[in-house]
Amino acid sequence: MSLHVAAAQGAITDAGLKPSDIDGVLAAFSFTQPHMMLASVFCEYMGLKPGFTTAVQSGGATACTAVALAAALVEAGMCKHVLVVTGDNRLSGLPPGGAAAMLAQFGHPEFEQPYGISIPAAYALVAQRYMHEYGVLPEHLAAIAVTQRGHAALHPHAHMREPITIADVMNSRIISTPLKLLDCCLVSDGAAAVVLSAPENVSASADGIALLGSGQGHTHEHISSAPSLLDFGCAQSAEQAFARAGVAVSDIDVAEIYDSFTITLAVELESMGFFSKGEAGPAAAAGALGLKGQLPCNTHGGLLSYGHSGAAGGMFHVVEAVNQLKHRAGPRQVDDAELALVHGDGGILSAHCSLILGRVH
Amino acid sequence: MNKPVMHKPAPLPTSDTAEYWQACNRDELLYQRCDNCSHVQFYPRRICTVCQSNDLGWHRSAQKGTIHSFTVVHRAANRAFDADVPFVLALIDLDEGFRMMTNVIGEECRTATIGRRVRVVFEQHSSGQKLPQAILEPLA
Repeated sequence: MSLHVAAAQGAITDAGLKPSDIDGVLAAFSFTQPHMMLASVFCEYMGLKPGFTTAVQSGGATACTAVALAAALVEAGMCKHVLVVTGDNRLSGLPPGGAAAMLAQFGHPEFEQPYGISIPAAYALVAQRYMHEYGVLPEHLAAIAVTQRGHAALHPHAHMREPITIADVMNSRIISTPLKLLDCCLVSDGAAAVVLSAPENVSASADGIALLGSGQGHTHEHISSAPSLLDFGCAQSAEQAFARAGVAVSDIDVAEIYDSFTITLAVELESMGFFSKGEAGPAAAAGALGLKGQLPCNTHGGLLSYGHSGAAGGMFHVVEAVNQLKHRAGPRQVDDAELALVHGDGGILSAHCSLILGRVH
Repeated sequence: MNKPVMHKPAPLPTSDTAEYWQACNRDELLYQRCDNCSHVQFYPRRICTVCQSNDLGWHRSAQKGTIHSFTVVHRAANRAFDADVPFVLALIDLDEGFRMMTNVIGEECRTATIGRRVRVVFEQHSSGQKLPQAILEPLA
């Protein structure tokens, strides 16, 4: 809970508010401190007495979903200032391999778990089919991991900052073919939080970022029930968010997109229309996802290199988008960033939520 | 809740799936087809996912299919599978039109490729329940 509080205090202060201004709280879930009422546990710990609170659970889509829900609460007039807080110390708070073992229980208990499914194996099934279909090579996916490590090297709080090469990714330990260790996200301790306020409750001088639109897409939970291993709900999710925000794919200056594995980012980037099918990896290899590239992506290093702390992993993407749009990302700053897309993916490309964030003028 | 699972997960039949698992113990693979709209579905459940009808019929599969995708698992998340690595996890498209997850087993399993023909066999699980698995058909 102390991680949650540190993130909450940071977000409340950054919003120019006091804890007593917060009248809505959305929390998520924790592996190390599991509780059926985590939002209430957090509020008790911090001494908050909100008028509305609940926990949100949609795996890696949790952070984006909670932000969208918080926006709906303030738009509906139910709350003035909603704190969305996530955190977990799943690196130090679990035995080695503990997070992976708990995550494997996301597989279907009768029709997947008896076969030894793991989250990496499930994404590997997607990667194998994707590479077969589009002729993509492991080196193409590796380029995504290399790009993001380069971004993490510029972030003082990133979990892994040592630069890596394509060869390092290719030579890293095989986890589940074709995915290798450096194709996989980290297990980290961390927390992140944001506050959403209705425009009428924000002072004119405040340096706020607007949520311009959100969308969701859902096709399945278990990978064995996915209607396709090539097309997922991220397409619908992004399309809805773009339509609601009234912007186009080509308008996005910076993208912070869920990257549990290199294949995850490739599939999402292509489904959302940023690249043609099979082209995200080769584009990454050509520098397209770099800070000066066609689409600066995961500028903090993402789950692959900045860190992954459960629901907070997805919230790191939200926070980085806010930092980019507030033009305070330091050496990672994307020039003239005005419009950002943030995307979360829960399960095995199962639950998707997209957010479009923009600077307020 | 903090302890990793150390035993191989056993399929625990529910009222939705008891008939399916009993058939596995007779070396028969069953699937459901909707009596109303003819949609074929897997895993077994009480509602058709297309027309929402509750009239679902059990049918016996010929147990022949094709590998849609596969992965060779070198690092098991559940330590109970440590002794089995590397093992092959696959999604199999059965000829009747449904997809299921299995392992590809047998001496040749590491030669699995997308598109390879397989047949479903039944393997005794440590729990006593028989589990459908896939074995590669000889190359034509």
